[in-house]
Amino acid sequence: MTITFQQIVFIAISAFTIISAWIVVTNRNLFHAAIALMASFAGVAGLYILLEAGFLAASQLLVYIGAISILIMFAIMMTRRLMQTAESPYNLQWKWGIVAAFLIFILLAVLIFQTWPADTYAAPPVQSPAALRGSVTDLGIALVSVDQYVLPFEVASVLLLAALVGAIVIAWPEDDR
Amino acid sequence: MTFDIVEFLESIVNLAIFDYLSEIWADDLPSWLINGVSDLAGVLIICTFNLLIVLFLIWFERKIIARIQDRIGPNRVGGRYGLLQSVADAMKLMTKEDLTPAGADKIAFNLAPLIVVIAALMMWAVIPFAPGVIGTNLNVGVFYILAISSVSVVALILAGWGSNNKYALLGAFRSVAQLVSYEVPMIMALLIPIILAGSMSTQRIVIEQSVWYVFVVPLSALIFFISALAELGRTPFDLLEAESEIVAGYHIEYSGMKFAMFFLAEFIATLFMSALFATIYLGGWRGPGAVEYPILGLIYFSLKVFFVYFMFVWIRGTLPRVRIDQLLNLNWKFLVPLVLALILVVALVDKLMVNADDWTRAAALLLSNIVLGLVALDFVRRHARRQRLDADEVELVEESVEAQPVSSAAH
Repeated sequence: MTITFQQIVFIAISAFTIISAWIVVTNRNLFHAAIALMASFAGVAGLYILLEAGFLAASQLLVYIGAISILIMFAIMMTRRLMQTAESPYNLQWKWGIVAAFLIFILLAVLIFQTWPADTYAAPPVQSPAALRGSVTDLGIALVSVDQYVLPFEVASVLLLAALVGAIVIAWPEDDR
Repeated sequence: MTFDIVEFLESIVNLAIFDYLSEIWADDLPSWLINGVSDLAGVLIICTFNLLIVLFLIWFERKIIARIQDRIGPNRVGGRYGLLQSVADAMKLMTKEDLTPAGADKIAFNLAPLIVVIAALMMWAVIPFAPGVIGTNLNVGVFYILAISSVSVVALILAGWGSNNKYALLGAFRSVAQLVSYEVPMIMALLIPIILAGSMSTQRIVIEQSVWYVFVVPLSALIFFISALAELGRTPFDLLEAESEIVAGYHIEYSGMKFAMFFLAEFIATLFMSALFATIYLGGWRGPGAVEYPILGLIYFSLKVFFVYFMFVWIRGTLPRVRIDQLLNLNWKFLVPLVLALILVVALVDKLMVNADDWTRAAALLLSNIVLGLVALDFVRRHARRQRLDADEVELVEESVEAQPVSSAAH
């Protein structure tokens, strides 16, 4: 079995993502953990690019790194004692942790092998350039078609609007209400 | 195919040098090597060009500002035009001591200058320099630009926090507030050319512009230009730095080359915004004969980019700095509602005129833009007048209150 260039890139990006995720949960300095979390998000964006899902990758960067990470960093900066905790990030449940991780691994492996049998997953998915070019258009149409996702899309918008109004009401000065 | 010097020169003129070379080497070398090397060479050319042109941009900006302020500007180093002034400045910055403040978060402190420059360079990947000459023709080009530019906000927080200095941190908060606010009208203003072109690919937007979008949707261009000024932190929105009033912003603790990295990123980003404006509103490489001779396209594109850059410098030399409340009011109370209305109007007019030819459609859109602009201006004028009247009334009441005790004391 020869390793293609795409597979080398995949392994590199995955290793980067996993190592950053590892740092997120083990590092005691919360600020460094937040930086590592951003690196992990960026790694996931890289995986999306590898799967030729450009729109998803750009959304990942815009939403997770551009907005959520900044929110997390602000939260960390506003919290005083959290910066250098003395307590260890490890606990004593590692035995049960191993069992749970093993079970999840088996579950995922079974699912993946059922969806993509061993002889098909080695080759990267080949898509026609026309299909790729249209993918954003298809997504846009799918979000507003009645027989597709218009209802979830609108429900999500109403939910966000409610959250927006709620945030404004909460932030409003008490005496002006 | 064998090497032929005339064809080689022709391929340079046609900006297809990599295509030509890969054709020649196709028999001897594997295709992944050729593609990899040509991609890498493209990346190197774009990055090196950007890093070097900054030296020229600094000189250009100082010279123009000097002329606007009736000065001469740099005129000693490198002949009477001072052409080598920024080279000398760069050398000075490189030889300066690199300080790290005590108690600084070393990872964040050193990562921040890297991220800003990388983010500024990455955005160039989707700018079409000439027909067929583009880093990568993503079908989500404009969205990609917005995604990358949002990453540079993170670098500002890293710089502010990593410096272990309260002024740097406050500066970073200020910067993030401004950048995040002005991202909103910028994204929505960019949505309008996307609606008109029917694609987010920058190359597609250029091809669709049989009429330059600045003449079709001038309001969108204006809003984008204003938000770009704020996103870049340039005058009149340069309160992030405000060198004449406060002690710089998030980069107060940086010295030497790390400080220079922030400036480098700022100039690259300014040139990039000029390029984006030229691509989306001024027709990019479009011009007579650009499709037949790509090099002409490159020339047209460069001229447009430098014209927009000149506009940025011109505004810097002309307008005074605004206050923070004016900055945020302009954004949330004027630009955002206006751009929302504009999206509605453009989408409606575009849908109504779907069967008309390009010129009628452009004329209708232009008319709707002008009407909307006039309505908005009238609204602002009335609002300002009402506020002035209210202020006068308050003053009158205050005067009468003051006048009372005086008159009673006289009795």
